[in-house]
Amino acid sequence: MKSFGVTPPRWAARYGPPVLVFAGVVAAWEAYVRAMNVPAYILPSPSLVFETLFTDRATLFPALLVTLKTTFGALLAAVIGGVGLAILFTQWKWVERSFLPFAIVLQVTPIVAIAPLLLIYLEAPAAVLVCAFLVAFFPILSNTALGLASADRNLVDLFKLYRATRWQTLLHLRLPAALPYFLGGLQIGGGLALIGAIVAELAAGNAGKGAGLAFRISEAGYRLNIPRMFAALALISATGIAIFAALSALSFYLLSRWHDSAAGPER
Amino acid sequence: MTKPLVSFQNAGKIYKNGTVALAGLDLDVRGSEFLTLLGPSGCGKSTILRLIAGLDNLSSGALARGFSLDRGKIGFVFQDPTLMPWASVFDNVFLPLRLRGSPRRKATTAVEEALALVGLASSGRAFPRELSGGMRMRASIARALVLRPLVLLMDEPFAALDEITRFKLNDDLLALQGELGTTIVFVTHSVFESVYLSTRIAVIAGGPGSVAAEIAIDAPSVRGTAFRTSSVYAHYCAQASRALQGAKDEDLT
Repeated sequence: MKSFGVTPPRWAARYGPPVLVFAGVVAAWEAYVRAMNVPAYILPSPSLVFETLFTDRATLFPALLVTLKTTFGALLAAVIGGVGLAILFTQWKWVERSFLPFAIVLQVTPIVAIAPLLLIYLEAPAAVLVCAFLVAFFPILSNTALGLASADRNLVDLFKLYRATRWQTLLHLRLPAALPYFLGGLQIGGGLALIGAIVAELAAGNAGKGAGLAFRISEAGYRLNIPRMFAALALISATGIAIFAALSALSFYLLSRWHDSAAGPER
Repeated sequence: MTKPLVSFQNAGKIYKNGTVALAGLDLDVRGSEFLTLLGPSGCGKSTILRLIAGLDNLSSGALARGFSLDRGKIGFVFQDPTLMPWASVFDNVFLPLRLRGSPRRKATTAVEEALALVGLASSGRAFPRELSGGMRMRASIARALVLRPLVLLMDEPFAALDEITRFKLNDDLLALQGELGTTIVFVTHSVFESVYLSTRIAVIAGGPGSVAAEIAIDAPSVRGTAFRTSSVYAHYCAQASRALQGAKDEDLT
């Protein structure tokens, strides 16, 4: 069938629809608030939220920095702890049998239930960091352990044939084979670290401690400063999207030449 | 008569799940020969290769090797190319040397020679997924040859390839063996491939695996289309087919 008109470039075809839908939702929201004269303490317009981001920047951005520090600190600790423990799991089965139940207990226990206890035992910043770590840790651990155990059986045999040491097998076979799994866990863990940080900050904020974005949301809520609540929420969402995008870009950079999840069509 | 490189005597293999893979296997592998193990699926051909490579142990009987199982004495080519997808072709071929502790700079010549042997001299920087199926298998063969092994074990390496690529790789493999003098133990289901490549065929009967017949292929080592279309080739194919059928019938009874 003959096609008429101009074919849009690939980037426009890819990013156009979501951008248009987002712009449409924001425009409809703005139009509704203006047309119905909805008061700002009920539902602020997007333009007011944007304006608040600018006018309250002295309050919001230092809080964002605190939340970011917690998130990335927790993510780093989760990567070190998760990958390290996963390596130990695959090297010594008794380590897996001994420690996996604890990891599962921490995973299945809601973080909101653990946070108040941690706030008793630790200083608020440390407690928030530990909460965020606990949430981000398990997906990285379980994905990496799965990846380390999923190395091609024939390649494992090949390494045995060439009398590879345990360390050589780990370095040259199991770790590269686990990379796609680890990156999948990291993408999940990145988002969860932010969620963990926010939840813990809320708990800490309720106790009158902490100065992250979640604390600013609580504080604004008490003062019925709804535009600031929305502005803080927008910052949290943008941070989550940025973390996901950065980790997706990292994943693409590391895998694009060889793994089906990131590479183009095969030759 | 020279001592065989590998010798199975009344060998048996029972897996942990109770499967009896081999029983009463008597088989010699002689130096510089091209021995093909021909037999139906599940008859224990791959088990024989794994035992020679030291990847599995016998349950009964004896296995003698005329060499130690040091790094590099045996090359192994699997049915799939089994390349590391995250590494370039060069790095895949470099692997056996790396595991032996050779620095990359010193190993470059050996890797480049191995790549040239299989016709991949210009593909060292490519990644496996950027190659065709035939080229991947060539890379796998280059990796197996890079340490110039005494024995090359090949487990149905060309089974997944199209006929034209398979014919080409058959010819290249024979040329390689002629050049290097490596002993090759080759596993296949294909009667035609076994006759074309081998100096000797061991027909393996299944349930459990043992040697049902041995056929010496008395033909020039340089083979090609002329041999493939000759009456001698047809005669040996008929003989191998009968032996294979006999092995199958034996299996069924």
